[in-house]
Amino acid sequence: MNLKHFYVAAFAACFIIYGCGGSSEEKSVKDETPQQPVDESPAPAATASDKGIGKFQNVELTHPLDEGMVKAGQGTYDVKCGSCHKLNEEKLVGPGWKGVTDRRTPEWIMNFVTNVDEMLEKDPKAQAMLEVCMVRMPNQNLKDDEARAVLEFMRKNDGKN
Amino acid sequence: MTKYLLTLMSLGAIVGFQSCKMKTTEAAVSGDAASKVYVAPGKYDEFYNFVSGGFSGQVSVYGLPSGRLLKVIPVFSQNPENGYGFNEETKPMLQTSHGFIPWDDEHHLALSQTNGEHDGRWLFANANNTPRVARIDLKTFKTVEVLELPNSGGNHSSPFITENSEYIVGGTRFSVPIADQEAALTQASFKANFKSTVSFIAIDPTTGRMKIDFQVVLPGMDLDLSRAGKGPSHGWFFFSTYNTEQANTLLEVNASQKDKDYIVAINWKKAQEYARAGKGKKMATEYYHNTLNEENHTATSEVEKEVLTLDPNELKDFVYLIPCPKSPHGCDVDPTGEYIIGSGKLAALIPVFAYQKITKAIADKAFEGDYYGIPVIKYEAALHGEVQKPGLGPLHTEFDGKGNAYTSFFVSSEIVKWNIKDLKVLDRVPTYYSIGHLMVPGGDTKKPYGKYVVAYNKITKDRYLPTGPELTQSAQLYSIDGDKMQLLLDYPTIGEPHYAQAIAADKIKAQSAKIYDINVNKHQYVSMGEKTTKVVRAGNRVDVYMTAIRSHLTPDNIEGIQVGDEVYFHVTNLEQDWDIPHGFAVKHAANAELLIMPGETNTLKFVPTKAGVYPFYCTDFCSALHQEMQGYMRVSPKGSSVPLKWHTGKTDSAAAVAAVR
Repeated sequence: MNLKHFYVAAFAACFIIYGCGGSSEEKSVKDETPQQPVDESPAPAATASDKGIGKFQNVELTHPLDEGMVKAGQGTYDVKCGSCHKLNEEKLVGPGWKGVTDRRTPEWIMNFVTNVDEMLEKDPKAQAMLEVCMVRMPNQNLKDDEARAVLEFMRKNDGKN
Repeated sequence: MTKYLLTLMSLGAIVGFQSCKMKTTEAAVSGDAASKVYVAPGKYDEFYNFVSGGFSGQVSVYGLPSGRLLKVIPVFSQNPENGYGFNEETKPMLQTSHGFIPWDDEHHLALSQTNGEHDGRWLFANANNTPRVARIDLKTFKTVEVLELPNSGGNHSSPFITENSEYIVGGTRFSVPIADQEAALTQASFKANFKSTVSFIAIDPTTGRMKIDFQVVLPGMDLDLSRAGKGPSHGWFFFSTYNTEQANTLLEVNASQKDKDYIVAINWKKAQEYARAGKGKKMATEYYHNTLNEENHTATSEVEKEVLTLDPNELKDFVYLIPCPKSPHGCDVDPTGEYIIGSGKLAALIPVFAYQKITKAIADKAFEGDYYGIPVIKYEAALHGEVQKPGLGPLHTEFDGKGNAYTSFFVSSEIVKWNIKDLKVLDRVPTYYSIGHLMVPGGDTKKPYGKYVVAYNKITKDRYLPTGPELTQSAQLYSIDGDKMQLLLDYPTIGEPHYAQAIAADKIKAQSAKIYDINVNKHQYVSMGEKTTKVVRAGNRVDVYMTAIRSHLTPDNIEGIQVGDEVYFHVTNLEQDWDIPHGFAVKHAANAELLIMPGETNTLKFVPTKAGVYPFYCTDFCSALHQEMQGYMRVSPKGSSVPLKWHTGKTDSAAAVAAVR
């Protein structure tokens, strides 16, 4: 293929891709390199759920509070969260935590802190908060049990039992 | 265009190599070259290409086939971009027995191997000027170890590696008086006092940690390049050498007197046996061994005091010499481990030696004499054959795993493909210009990936937009899929590229670290969250425990610092998110910035010389409020009564607390 033909072909390929809306049929590049990871879990309609988007769809709460988790959650708060979230109602970089367990479901909170990027892209409540704070919450790479412990610490902070 | 190229090439083959060199920048690329190197946005390259940085002292990482620059890894030179060699944690990496040496000349790279294949664990690099070798961890792409080599002058034939990473080597380019003696610069003194050494550096199979196992002390000559044997020749190392004339001045003439120099063949397994049996001599010396601990992000230096030496004049039958025409440079072992290809820079042929013939010659004692007591094997007895009239100035040879060799020709600026068995020239392509090393992905292993050969060129006159008298160096990517080589791409490189390595991206990509886990940060001055930030004075030393997160530093107001204080900013990046480093710079700081990875702690030392207010800020754009990520330090005159205090926001840190240790 000479250069001129290549350009023609490349142009045609682009045109086709546009026509298909970038469907998975595009084959303009030979390399097999990974696509964006495909979310295979059923994507809940963003507006239909107050549980947020992520793997936590049913968080069982403990009554009374699990003091071990509260303590672990406070430890994580001190290292990873306290820089931006106060424990009262005052906004620092992010919103104050007072009352967060009344405003959001346990699932939403767990999904937000473990699945930050997708939540900020798709969840209306998360997006609304981003418009207020203007700083994307850092993904702090919390493990599931760390996130659960932080939730317990939030419940303690809100006077739950 | 293609026709023209082919015609010219066949003409060149008939008339001779000189007419092969293209004189114009056109007529270089033809056909569908662009589509073969096009890696669409969002797609990944097929190979990581690690390229030596030459006099930049660093290693650069490119993607192949795109030629996109992915990273510069600082190794032997300070790097202001990320504070390597400037921050307190990495300064020890550049410490040597002659003090802090912030520059070097980095020539060759070796990827770690298992069973003769690249395993993607570590990358080793040599320093040619102040003899050192370094290990780079391919999970973090950081230099984690630097080992100085004693009794060496110009660590050039280094850090070539054995097929299971048992050893990397450091062979001296300049022979020097060992044990740091001084000596007169006369030929008599040279012959009497100057020696060459080869350091065999053992690699710990689990940690990668380097240790000089033993040094072989050779007669004074210049060791140039090296390769480990593999397969049948595993257990041997081969070195090219020049200046066996032992000249000490005007080597251009005086080291070109003999028709043949040598390839030095060292049976390292036998040397290892001698060393284990306590037959070596321990020599008192001093050299630095620097390691970066990735748990506390801090490098430390140890001083080694001893080296074990082996003398082939006393311990026989582990070193042999093979005559090689003329001023040899490359010394390359093919994937089968059977053939050793010498390259005489001034020779008009390429000699190919056969391992079986070498061992037979040793068994038969087919020697033509000795050199300072070391047996010299008869040239013909070791020779498989010669490639006749291949080109001018053969330097280096790599392999495609299909029985073909690719040799770079510096003087005639070309790559020549030839068959190892029958020694026939098969193809030749011009390079732009003055090629040094070349590299086939995996070409130094038992199983080359083939597919591409990359030329690393010294000169790029008229290839790129002019940039004054100094032009970039370059690499050129050729397809070797078919019978004929095809130029696909030029890409500029940093420093002067020498040797390079390439490895399939899949062998590294998945293991790449994304963050440092802050929960295991063991730095002495870590701040585990903003709650633990503080400023501590002890005499005139002030330690600032600071944190960074989108989009503020804590503390961001500091008072009570005095002129002449040694202020250490220990900044912990609290982020745990991939690709979110924070920077830290202070006005008038006399070194560099910090660039702190997520979960890492780095330290910047600052000694204010004048009173005033010093702004500091984050240098790496992090969020919409990045520009607001800033603060002030107040510096008062020496002896001032301004108390030490600090805060961020409203949480004023409780009045004046001048903690004194």
